[in-house]
Amino acid sequence: MAEFSLPKNSKPVEGKEWPKPDGAKNVKTFKIYRWSPDDGQNPRIDTYHLDLDDCGPMVLDALIKIKNEVDSTLTFRRSCREGVCGSCAMNIDGANTLACTKYITDAKGDVKIYPLPHQRVIKDLVPDQTHFFAQYREIEPWLKTDTPAPERERLQTPEDRAKIDGLWECVLCACCSTSCPSYWWNEDRYLGPAILLQAYRWLADSRDEATGERLDRLEDPFRLYRCHTIMNCTKTCPKHLNPAKAIAEIKKMMVERRL
Amino acid sequence: MSLRSPLGRARGLGSAKSGTDHWWAQRLTALALVPLIIWFVISMITITGADHETALAFIGSPINAVLLTLLIVAVFHHGQLGLQVVIEDYVHTKWLEVALILAVKGAAIFFGVASVYAVIAIALGG
Repeated sequence: MAEFSLPKNSKPVEGKEWPKPDGAKNVKTFKIYRWSPDDGQNPRIDTYHLDLDDCGPMVLDALIKIKNEVDSTLTFRRSCREGVCGSCAMNIDGANTLACTKYITDAKGDVKIYPLPHQRVIKDLVPDQTHFFAQYREIEPWLKTDTPAPERERLQTPEDRAKIDGLWECVLCACCSTSCPSYWWNEDRYLGPAILLQAYRWLADSRDEATGERLDRLEDPFRLYRCHTIMNCTKTCPKHLNPAKAIAEIKKMMVERRL
Repeated sequence: MSLRSPLGRARGLGSAKSGTDHWWAQRLTALALVPLIIWFVISMITITGADHETALAFIGSPINAVLLTLLIVAVFHHGQLGLQVVIEDYVHTKWLEVALILAVKGAAIFFGVASVYAVIAIALGG
């Protein structure tokens, strides 16, 4: 059966409370998921207090401040700090988003920070994305053509170019896929919203010549049709894209080619 | 524990190259059920409290018998398609998954055929 509760050794317990900053007036509390593969302990929720008058506005600023000044063992991924690399995806205040584009003050009360849901944790806020990127590789995310390369670039009308707007902006942060219950229960076979949006990015590209072959590889009760239009993907996307619509477009293409 | 490569695991057994018929049939039966259910509910309200003879006459009229048969086929087909998806979603023990899907499909066929038979028997004065 699908797993609805965590195994005993994965249940988080109350963790350490770190000291409050001296003389701070504007204190915000952060409850952060901690787990280390090295000590054989259950995950724990550590409590940190930061002076917001002495901290950048984003959740990523808070995490970096904690790592630099409070607890250097806190582990998380980050790179660009401006929402284009997709590294700092995590579950903040109950929803998957990028820590670097999420305002600390958006969270009412304590800021709860967990790793992306239903993924294996490598350490603290770092999930294992091996399978996610293997699935991305499986859809062959590159231009496929039989026509020999022209001397200059492959041409595309502005109208056709506009068809991949809202698709190319995806940074593969996995917020959408890990918010999808269908992906939670069947991630071994279901490709999930992020990968399907990327698949549609190539299906919608007028320069690509492998559309039929791509559809063949997607047509599967699990790979594509595990999407039940739950729409968590679209709701949570930190780039405000619409993976649910991209998946609906793929389903439309599937029907279109047999009508 | 498996030493299979991540790409090998992601590819698995490959695409089944099916699923569209299932999905499309589910949409079409849903669409067909909108007018059929409205007709059915209104009909049931109008013959509420009627005696057995009236009920038999209602089912036996040609248009009602045809609409009832269509309703039965659409309901059981749509129902088994939907339940199959629920089982595939949540039941991950393979033998149990296959057994449950077969049971659901078998029950849908049994009760569907029984219902259609009842309508035909009444309509043809059986």
